[in-house]
Amino acid sequence: MGYLLGNIEQLSRYFLTLLLGGDTVEATQATPVKYDMDVVRWFTIMAVVYAVVGTLVGVYVAAELAWPFLNFDLAELSFGRLRPLHTNAVIFAFGGCVLMATGFYIVQRTGQTKLWSNTLAWFTFWGWNLIIVLAVITLPLGLTSGKEYAELVWPIDILIAVVWLAFGLNHIMTTVIRKTSHIYVSNWFTMGMIVMITYLHVVNSMAIPVSMTEAFSIYSGVQDAMIQWWWGHNAVGFYLTGGFLGIMYYFIPKQSGRPVFSYRLSVLHFWTLTFGYVWLGAHHLQYTALPDWTGSLGAAISLAMIIPSWGGAMNGMMTLSGAWDKLRTDYILRFLVTAMAFYAMSTFDGPVMSIKSVNALSHYTDWTVGHVHAGALGWMAMISFGAIYHMVKKLWNTEMYSERLVNVHFWVSLIGAVTYIVAMWVSGIMQGLMWRDYDEFGSLTYTFIESVSAMHPYYVMRTVGGAIFNLGTWIMLFNVVMTVRQAGAVRSVNAVAAKA
Amino acid sequence: MSDHDKLYSTKLQDKIERNTLLMFVLTAIAVSVGGIVEIVPLFYLPNTAMCQNDPTCNNTQHKDLQGNAIPMDKIIWNPATSAHKTLDEWQPGDGVRPYKALELAGRSVYIREGCFLCHSQMIRPFRDEKDRYGHYSIAEESMYDHTYQWGSKRTGPDLARVGGKYSDEWHRKHLKYPRDVVPESVMPNYFFLDKAAVNVDSAIHTMNVMTKMPFNPVPRTIYTDKYLDGAKAELENKTEMDAVIAFLQSLGNHVKFEEGVNYRD
Repeated sequence: MGYLLGNIEQLSRYFLTLLLGGDTVEATQATPVKYDMDVVRWFTIMAVVYAVVGTLVGVYVAAELAWPFLNFDLAELSFGRLRPLHTNAVIFAFGGCVLMATGFYIVQRTGQTKLWSNTLAWFTFWGWNLIIVLAVITLPLGLTSGKEYAELVWPIDILIAVVWLAFGLNHIMTTVIRKTSHIYVSNWFTMGMIVMITYLHVVNSMAIPVSMTEAFSIYSGVQDAMIQWWWGHNAVGFYLTGGFLGIMYYFIPKQSGRPVFSYRLSVLHFWTLTFGYVWLGAHHLQYTALPDWTGSLGAAISLAMIIPSWGGAMNGMMTLSGAWDKLRTDYILRFLVTAMAFYAMSTFDGPVMSIKSVNALSHYTDWTVGHVHAGALGWMAMISFGAIYHMVKKLWNTEMYSERLVNVHFWVSLIGAVTYIVAMWVSGIMQGLMWRDYDEFGSLTYTFIESVSAMHPYYVMRTVGGAIFNLGTWIMLFNVVMTVRQAGAVRSVNAVAAKA
Repeated sequence: MSDHDKLYSTKLQDKIERNTLLMFVLTAIAVSVGGIVEIVPLFYLPNTAMCQNDPTCNNTQHKDLQGNAIPMDKIIWNPATSAHKTLDEWQPGDGVRPYKALELAGRSVYIREGCFLCHSQMIRPFRDEKDRYGHYSIAEESMYDHTYQWGSKRTGPDLARVGGKYSDEWHRKHLKYPRDVVPESVMPNYFFLDKAAVNVDSAIHTMNVMTKMPFNPVPRTIYTDKYLDGAKAELENKTEMDAVIAFLQSLGNHVKFEEGVNYRD
């Protein structure tokens, strides 16, 4: 087994060399502490690829709602099957690769040590990508568990658990063997994510199989709904927020060259988030058959969460105090800081939507979709892009192929994200208002289908916004590939010179 | 003072930051509390439809206008006390029942096609939802829904009470080519369901699995051996379209709701 994995490691390095040119091993030797950065390079490259793929599928499903002929009478392309592919691709393929790349990068650098097991890290890499390939095959075939954001079928769920534990064990053991006295704050957040996602995935995936590809949840109705949204919201809270806050706490200080604004605030941020986020899931089920106390409790804690969330957002932004002028020249920093603004905005938007009277309007509408994308495009993707550019420069020990294209990517992302979010906010609120509107005779003003056709312009606008955002990811892919190739070429030349 | 000795915050926090195991354990505890407080009671409290073999469903009591408790077997169909003894005899209003064979097969197709991503099955207690969809949903109505289908988005209308609203023929036309019936619809065409036969073995297996669930299994007094044996014949020569229509037509008419009664207490 060890022999096999060792070979996989060599093979991976070979492919990377083949794809991108140059020798990838040397950069690690340039640094005083020898890190295991090859696996990080691969996760970074794949993150960029999945950013393109995931948002592209997103644009397509968005277009299907605007122009339903795009379903092309093919079951495999129909909205109901492709939409889970979009969510899985952006959350688990793109988000996962970003989290694993940055997780392994940060834990080594802040602990000044190599990974606990480089072999296990490669196992994680190939395992995670295998899961993604399986998702791409199974979801369009209609193989689904029927749980939103947890659609993958049970054998893949087991594989996820194994690979996730391999990642978690490796990350945690690397903090154990660190050479520094304290565990750095980023690693707390990553540890919180590892623990919570394991809980969530295991509990929410409990099902009895009917076949290799079909299974039914052991819970039903109220209990299943609560467990699903406990999973759903904490996948947001610990994976899409906690994990990415780990990124924020490392890359903003690094990129701006300033220490974290307040260490104490980060302590508060971590513990309140870790304790508090878990309670929020119930706010997805206001006014449903879930007992009222559960939804109200979820909403109350949701409101309280504004404080730590904004504390964290301020902590990230204020790290720049005294260095704001850098935003004029440092395009990577623009990504990172804009992400914090979106983080602050969505952590305000979310609690507001959890208030019962607001939720009565917003639930079931596109407002939710807008909120999710304010987080996903504005916060999660932006901080990832910033981190990816930062890492690419360090990992390949070079400058970006084009700084200007980084700037173009930033503006394209921002315009795309804002277009998308605004479209969904407007359509969501409009939907909610149309559904509850009464005419002077006391009957419903609009039929449901009138609300559907009223959405058309916004669905078009959303598609355009998404397409603009997707364009940005292509620019990043081009820029990163060119950067890596250029770095490889330079190194090859140097190597030849040295021999001579 | 070396970096190693420096105390950045409280002594406890400092200790945690130096010790991976301690941080791991405390984090694990911190993330457990919320879930335990919000989820575990749902398995024991009344009004959560956690009935198992307890006919009172953890002492759930819906009260009529005079303040008298409505017997639970008026809410949840119980073949032992009902005038209608088998699934085939069951009549709308007899109370919540598990799905019949064809309906359950249709439900699997509904899940497979991702219908829940655009259609909710959970009506909230608002005037407009009552006028548009009908009486608000109660917990008991989804107690047999293993892998619940409440949904979270209404790109299309709620389906919790769609049963009986349209004819089978309307559904068939609409599912095949929605825009032939509703020109503004954005729903995909599901004409291919008409060409696919129901997977009989899988459907029977699904029914068996439903009786083995640890929480709210379908009682064997309902999915009796006789019923399961008969199901096979019922599913032969049926298309997935037939199954989905049967499923949709089964939604929402199980309980006879009385005007003015609060079923949410």
